[in-house]
Amino acid sequence: MSNTPFATGAPRELIDPLGTRAGSSDFAVRLRANSEYVLIPLLALVIAAGLFAFFLMAIGKSPVDFVSYVWRGGFGTAFSFQNTLQRSAPLILTALAVAIPARIGLIMIGGEGALVLGGFAAGALAIPMIGHAPPMVALVLMALFAMIVGGFWVGFSGFLRYARGVNETISSLLMTYIGIAIMNFFVEGALRDLSNPNKPSTMPIGDAYMVGKIPGTQVHWGFAFGLALCVALYFLMARTTFGFAARVTGGNFRAALAQGLPVGRLIVACSAIAGACAGLAGFFEVAAIQGRANASLAAGYGFTGILVSFLARHNPLVIPPVAILLGGLVASGGLIQRRMDLPDATVLVLQGFIFVVLLTSETLYGRFAIFRSTKERDRT
Amino acid sequence: MNEAAVITVLIAMLGGAIRVSTPFMFVALGECLTEKSGRVNLGLEGTLVLGAMVAYAASYHTGSPWVGVLAAGVAGSVLGAMHGSICGLPRVNDVAVGIAMMLFGVGVAFFFGKPYIQPTAPRLGSIPLGFWSDNASLKSALQVNPLFFIGIALALALAWSLRNTRWGLVVRTVGDSAAAARAMGISVNGVRLMTTTVGGFLAGVGGAFLSLSYPGSWNQGLSSGQGLMAVALVIFARWNPLRCVAAALLFGGAGAIGPSLQSVGITQGYYFFNAAPYILTLGIMIATSSAKHSARDMPGELSMAK
Repeated sequence: MSNTPFATGAPRELIDPLGTRAGSSDFAVRLRANSEYVLIPLLALVIAAGLFAFFLMAIGKSPVDFVSYVWRGGFGTAFSFQNTLQRSAPLILTALAVAIPARIGLIMIGGEGALVLGGFAAGALAIPMIGHAPPMVALVLMALFAMIVGGFWVGFSGFLRYARGVNETISSLLMTYIGIAIMNFFVEGALRDLSNPNKPSTMPIGDAYMVGKIPGTQVHWGFAFGLALCVALYFLMARTTFGFAARVTGGNFRAALAQGLPVGRLIVACSAIAGACAGLAGFFEVAAIQGRANASLAAGYGFTGILVSFLARHNPLVIPPVAILLGGLVASGGLIQRRMDLPDATVLVLQGFIFVVLLTSETLYGRFAIFRSTKERDRT
Repeated sequence: MNEAAVITVLIAMLGGAIRVSTPFMFVALGECLTEKSGRVNLGLEGTLVLGAMVAYAASYHTGSPWVGVLAAGVAGSVLGAMHGSICGLPRVNDVAVGIAMMLFGVGVAFFFGKPYIQPTAPRLGSIPLGFWSDNASLKSALQVNPLFFIGIALALALAWSLRNTRWGLVVRTVGDSAAAARAMGISVNGVRLMTTTVGGFLAGVGGAFLSLSYPGSWNQGLSSGQGLMAVALVIFARWNPLRCVAAALLFGGAGAIGPSLQSVGITQGYYFFNAAPYILTLGIMIATSSAKHSARDMPGELSMAK
């Protein structure tokens, strides 16, 4: 596995066992070591925001206005915050689609393709069931089908990586383009709803098959499922034999082979889990938002999810807050576009700034003595 | 399908292969040079899109498409220099930075490109190589853009200088063994910064072809993965500039299948043929890779090789 350095961010493993013996309490050592992984990404966010502020000023716009519109459009009111949560649901799931393979040392960026194809599969499966299957059965089948299709789509890249040594980053992105082309092929051809003259779409799945809102909110169930999956996958990766084996494989591929770990199955399994998460995101986009499958599925959630996962340092438990932050940014895009007369790509530019600065900040780890235990500092 | 239609399709595919392959060629040559020095720049997709936007805007404002080509190259080299200098820092992963640069480049291009979707900018002219023929479709197929020949000349120059010049030796040494290069007193990061910058310049010029020649307009769906496919193509071409040209022509032919069939009225499976280049890329990657050993002729320092 080539890409180990960036994925070894699990703070627990990095604690120097000597540190605990150095006299300070276990908790203090942990806090000191772990705060590096919080403060450096935060610093990167601040620097990126600063650069973006300069960028806005350079083109004659006010950064203060920008912040206030992001606040108003994404977080300020109950309505906008619920909209943000709704938008963060696919981000959580597509971020998981990057984070799980990252643990095993793979940079998979095929979430967008698995989302699109999973959503399409769910929408297509619903049509023949309309009027025959009860909604609960239909929804479960649709979700499962979306996860299977998504899991296969990314799992295939994982399989190619193991069996043929094909670079997984390139192959997963190629699979994304192929997936979008397949959806367009069906949506504009065999499965097109001819009664809808506007946008080529599949037949609507009907109100009966729509996923409802979480009681008392305007947020669909995808958000709750996303949170639950984050917790579940955190435990899978951090507390089970499977997760341990996967992390060993990601940390040192040859050691994993020498230990007789089933690295091929682990790689395919992690990739398939990733694809299933993204496929589920597609299911919720179709069954909770769009009501039909069409090109709006390729809205870039899969790409923003990559950034979310990197910002969260591929830790499933950190993904939800980061996804909400970026979900708010995405949600306020329309307001910024209308009120500040900026193009809709403004949010993309900001995301680009954050991503570039964040990856640059990787170089800062281990450079600040303050994060190391006192004993370690004496030694160096 | 009768004989005349087959010939029409084949001629359209020939013309299409020449047109579609040019951006592939430039991006692949740029990536080839970058990877020869031991670094992968996956961000060339973003460079391609930004190059297309900048070229169109510059051509619109100055009235000269060649100024647009130059501006695209400069914009591309800025992105390349960013990638090169960030990856020069310790502990930074070049593949991940490439993904970030891809999103950054596309974002910046869409941001500044919005006002240029409507207006028409002057395009690059073509050389009519079909003058000897009476066949109208052959004539239009042989309207070849000068950038195509510039690309081939560049490939020849690159192949020759990588093999025969001191400069080429330095790049190859850095790419095969950074330790050996350091022992010789070569600045590894300096060489890689330079190759990534030049690679970015070439990818930007490839983008200029997209917006100024074929398809010949600027919009947000202009490039969908050509930059990425070109990166995959370099692996297939085994890091040889001349084979990059051949591979680009092959990819161009695959990309031209859909539009060629459409020109004789076959629209069935249009989306499938649109996906043909991606499927071909993936198929080629599967066929040429191996789990047991790294690809033949691969520079030893590439992160993909380890």
